[in-house]
Amino acid sequence: MSKEVIMVDDIGMRFNLMEKKVDNLKEYFIKLLKNEIRYQEFWALKNISFTVNKGERLGILGLNGAGKSTLLKIIAGVLKASEGELNVRGKVVPLLELGAGFDAQYTGMENIYLYGAVLGYPKDFINEKFNDIVEFSELGDFINVPVKNYSSGMKARLGFSIATIMDPDILILDEVLSVGDAKFRKKSEKRILDMFERGVTVLFVSHSIEQIRRICDRAIILDKGVLIADGPVEEICNVYEKEYIGELAAKKPKKKKKKKKIPEIKEEETIKSEKEEIPETGE
Amino acid sequence: MERVFKNFKKYKYLLFELTKKNIKLKYRRSYLGILWTLLEPILTTIVLTLVFTNLRKKADATFPVYILTGRLLYSYFAQSTRQAMKSIRSNSGMIKKVYVPKYIYPLSDILSNYIIFLISMIVLLGSMLVFKVQPTKYIFNAVIPLVLLLILCLGMGLILATLAVFFRDMEYLWGVILMMIMYTSAIFYDASIVPAKWIFYFNPIYHLIVNFRNSVYGTPLDGNSLMVSLGYSFASLIIGIILFYKKQDKFILNI
Repeated sequence: MSKEVIMVDDIGMRFNLMEKKVDNLKEYFIKLLKNEIRYQEFWALKNISFTVNKGERLGILGLNGAGKSTLLKIIAGVLKASEGELNVRGKVVPLLELGAGFDAQYTGMENIYLYGAVLGYPKDFINEKFNDIVEFSELGDFINVPVKNYSSGMKARLGFSIATIMDPDILILDEVLSVGDAKFRKKSEKRILDMFERGVTVLFVSHSIEQIRRICDRAIILDKGVLIADGPVEEICNVYEKEYIGELAAKKPKKKKKKKKIPEIKEEETIKSEKEEIPETGE
Repeated sequence: MERVFKNFKKYKYLLFELTKKNIKLKYRRSYLGILWTLLEPILTTIVLTLVFTNLRKKADATFPVYILTGRLLYSYFAQSTRQAMKSIRSNSGMIKKVYVPKYIYPLSDILSNYIIFLISMIVLLGSMLVFKVQPTKYIFNAVIPLVLLLILCLGMGLILATLAVFFRDMEYLWGVILMMIMYTSAIFYDASIVPAKWIFYFNPIYHLIVNFRNSVYGTPLDGNSLMVSLGYSFASLIIGIILFYKKQDKFILNI
């Protein structure tokens, strides 16, 4: 069973930050002649190595700018690492920004085929699953309406339905999956939990340690692009709490009062993240 | 190399979907729809005929056919390369989130325009009937310049798409170059009226138009022009593929 599906070997990602962004020919040639083009090297990731076995659920912890999203993008194949080797076996489905691949002028129906093709599904497969997708998205007659007239929730629902119709080998989740209303969220969570049971490999990025504890069985910590810890989820989460959220942990004695407040805060958070999604999906 | 083919096979359906999308969306919400593909060349040819008839040395009843053979080829070249140039930028949303072989985007733009271009050939056939240009066995030679045109556009599309990612002003520069190509393509005048013949050697489209016209008017292909267009087409394709493959991993950092 313990077959390796993701092998990350000594990966490094370098970004060349131009001191001043040059994006037109005139400036480029003037600067080239004056020998003024200078780059500042910035390593978003450095010497990262780990392997993930089939069925493992790996949580990735780290502060903002630690390189978590960069690592996910490399594994998803969107970015190419500047150094090192990556080996991924099986079909990867990234659930990052749902509906980002939609064409606004296309109807929901046409977008199912388009987005399915983007994810690399064959045509017969989409034909076969078409009704399931429509049904799960709960769009009804709206499926024949151009996507530009959809609400952000409708778009996300359709995106989620298409992306999860096929059981991937590797599922990439960035932050919380708060799609649509409470009812749909429940449904989508169930679908993902079902995938877990069928032994899908999961890469999960979240700032919420609680979620990582609940979903993952293993975790790693990234700090400024360097892998500093790797192990069972409980152990790593404790380390992370102690090292990085020291201030919060210090306030923990007031446990009783806080515990009541936690659900409220969480509610707010999910609402916020939903609101933030609107401009992004609208792109 | 084998991996490239395997990957292409997997994303063949995406190429089909994107090509279909380009064609479908081009005329969506317009009353005449795909008919514009035919109307547009008819209308411009009428205008060009009315304006330029006296420029020709001797009166020619088939002048509209002469214009159409040039204009159809040129406008396909202009439109497809313009669209392919923007393809990486306009699909940046998708490129940033999901892995897809990136050449699919410029390729689908070139192909969808080619299909529209082939449909607009109906206008040329119609005008040949109206102005009594009898097709001969040489008409089959027309396939050669048409295929070379596709290869040329593909190569130029890849080159331009790559450059446009790094330099935004490529769009304006290419607009100027396209205008120069149009005026040196002998679309609405005889090439013989131009004293500086060397100028045509800088124009890849002119030589394709020469051979396409030869095929339509029932004369054999011009060897010299054929060699020049072969050179342009394959050089641009090879340069395009190399440039695109070398730079494609950096696209995402610039869009």
